[in-house]
Amino acid sequence: MFAQTLEQTERRKAWGFVAPALVWTLAFFVVPFLFMVAMSLWSRQSGQIVRAWNLDNYFAFFEKAALFKGLINSLEITLIVTVLSVLLAYPLAWIIAERVPKRFQRLALILAILPFWTSYVVRSYSWLLVLSKNGVVNQTLMTIGLVSEPLELASNRTATVIGFVHFFVMLLTLTIYANLVQLSPNYRRAAADLGANAFQTFRHVILPLTLPGIMTGAFLTFVLCIGDYVTPQILGGNNELVLPQIIMLQLGRRADFPMAAALSIILMLAVTLAYVLCARWLKIERA
Amino acid sequence: MLVIDGVDVQRAVGMDLLAEIPADALPTADLFPEVRMEANNTKDGKTYAVTEKFGYNTISYDKTKVDPKDMQDLSIIWSDKYKGRIALYDYYLPMIGLVGLGLGKKTAELSDADMPAIAEKLSEMKKVSKQVSDVVSSQTALATGEVDILVGGGEWITAALSGEKPNLDWTVPDQGAVRWAQSIGVMKTSKKQELALKFVQYIVSPEGQARLATSSCYWAMPANAKAGEHLSDAQKAALRWNDQAAYLKKTQLYPIPSAELDQKMQDAWTDMMQQ
Repeated sequence: MFAQTLEQTERRKAWGFVAPALVWTLAFFVVPFLFMVAMSLWSRQSGQIVRAWNLDNYFAFFEKAALFKGLINSLEITLIVTVLSVLLAYPLAWIIAERVPKRFQRLALILAILPFWTSYVVRSYSWLLVLSKNGVVNQTLMTIGLVSEPLELASNRTATVIGFVHFFVMLLTLTIYANLVQLSPNYRRAAADLGANAFQTFRHVILPLTLPGIMTGAFLTFVLCIGDYVTPQILGGNNELVLPQIIMLQLGRRADFPMAAALSIILMLAVTLAYVLCARWLKIERA
Repeated sequence: MLVIDGVDVQRAVGMDLLAEIPADALPTADLFPEVRMEANNTKDGKTYAVTEKFGYNTISYDKTKVDPKDMQDLSIIWSDKYKGRIALYDYYLPMIGLVGLGLGKKTAELSDADMPAIAEKLSEMKKVSKQVSDVVSSQTALATGEVDILVGGGEWITAALSGEKPNLDWTVPDQGAVRWAQSIGVMKTSKKQELALKFVQYIVSPEGQARLATSSCYWAMPANAKAGEHLSDAQKAALRWNDQAAYLKKTQLYPIPSAELDQKMQDAWTDMMQQ
């Protein structure tokens, strides 16, 4: 009897601790999400939202080339950005963790994340000026005689990718650095004892052990990049639209909330798929 | 007070948002006849708003980089003569209106039947353009030399920069351009109707109009024809003040499509951007 009462008290306590987070999640994620799913099954006709459930918006996504291409563009850009960011961030994180003296590492990290401190929009417009026909990059290339005509660096996919990579290299550097500094020096010593050279140690010991940091950073990059609207809007020159830009068009110009909801669900599915793949890669499982 | 697109005044009146303004309290006779827009600003003989500023969605350009004579022909916007040096203003309504004018169609008469030809021209425009961009990016691109022509621009893009960028100019081509206009009215719920009306009167007075036309946010045309008395010669030149009579005659208001046609126009614009 006493044991049963104690168990009930403990259970109540547990619910008491969990309840705030549960209410918060229900109110600000589950309910809005369900509303968004319902909204995606409505439609907008003759300027009015018709609350009859159908899959028209999802069919339209596959039928209208401009909409479907938005997802393809998003995926292509996101994958390019993620791969480039990893390739650039890893050496940077490794240099900071392994080559920079301990007392300067914090300063090096601050310098590495300095771009985070400026406004996202201002940073994108700054890149537009840097990459423009008369910008710093083209002027430098022309001054040193590498090119005779300005390169087309702005208002295209190249500019979008550069803007994204600049931002996400910082993020990935942090996650990979955090992973690298946790590695015990004994791993390297053991590999050396077994006759491995520096490259073999990196290839077979360090790299596999830092994969969680890479994958965590890569997943964050994927999620933030595929959902971003500002960078492609400013740097891409609207020469191709990514899915978030198309969602914004539905909201800002058409007031077509059902279509925007359907496209958002599709975007969420893409992110969920990326998470599942990432989790399987890392073998994240519940015990 | 409410500042609203001229074409939307009737909707605001329909929603009972605007108070009636005594007709004799406004210098309507001093406004350019083309922008008095009685059909928009009045209802059942009562005045609810007055045009306070207008301008054009037309062609802005760098006169040191392109031949200004080329800018007089609207077909230059899909010609490949300036391929890769053109920015398109990212607003489908005036842009489709401009394309329609280039095809010899009146903006008020655009219909479903015109959309295939318009979509084809939009596609041609995209092929020769460098970018499709919003106000800030368009103006930046023109000012920094990233592009030499902005289709859909006008005095509102270049005039304010006339001091520091005298190389930038704008014109209305021979086929015409699209005209925008905004009106000002007094909210029905305003608790200070008299003061609000006094402000409206100042805004549409020659002095208020000259100040509004050259305000730092963006320059545009004063609706009051007497505002010229308060503009300097440089300001008049930047606004092409002396060309207004001709420009007003050959420009047309934004298209006002039905909900269905509006969707088709937006689809055509989105398709163009994705090409």
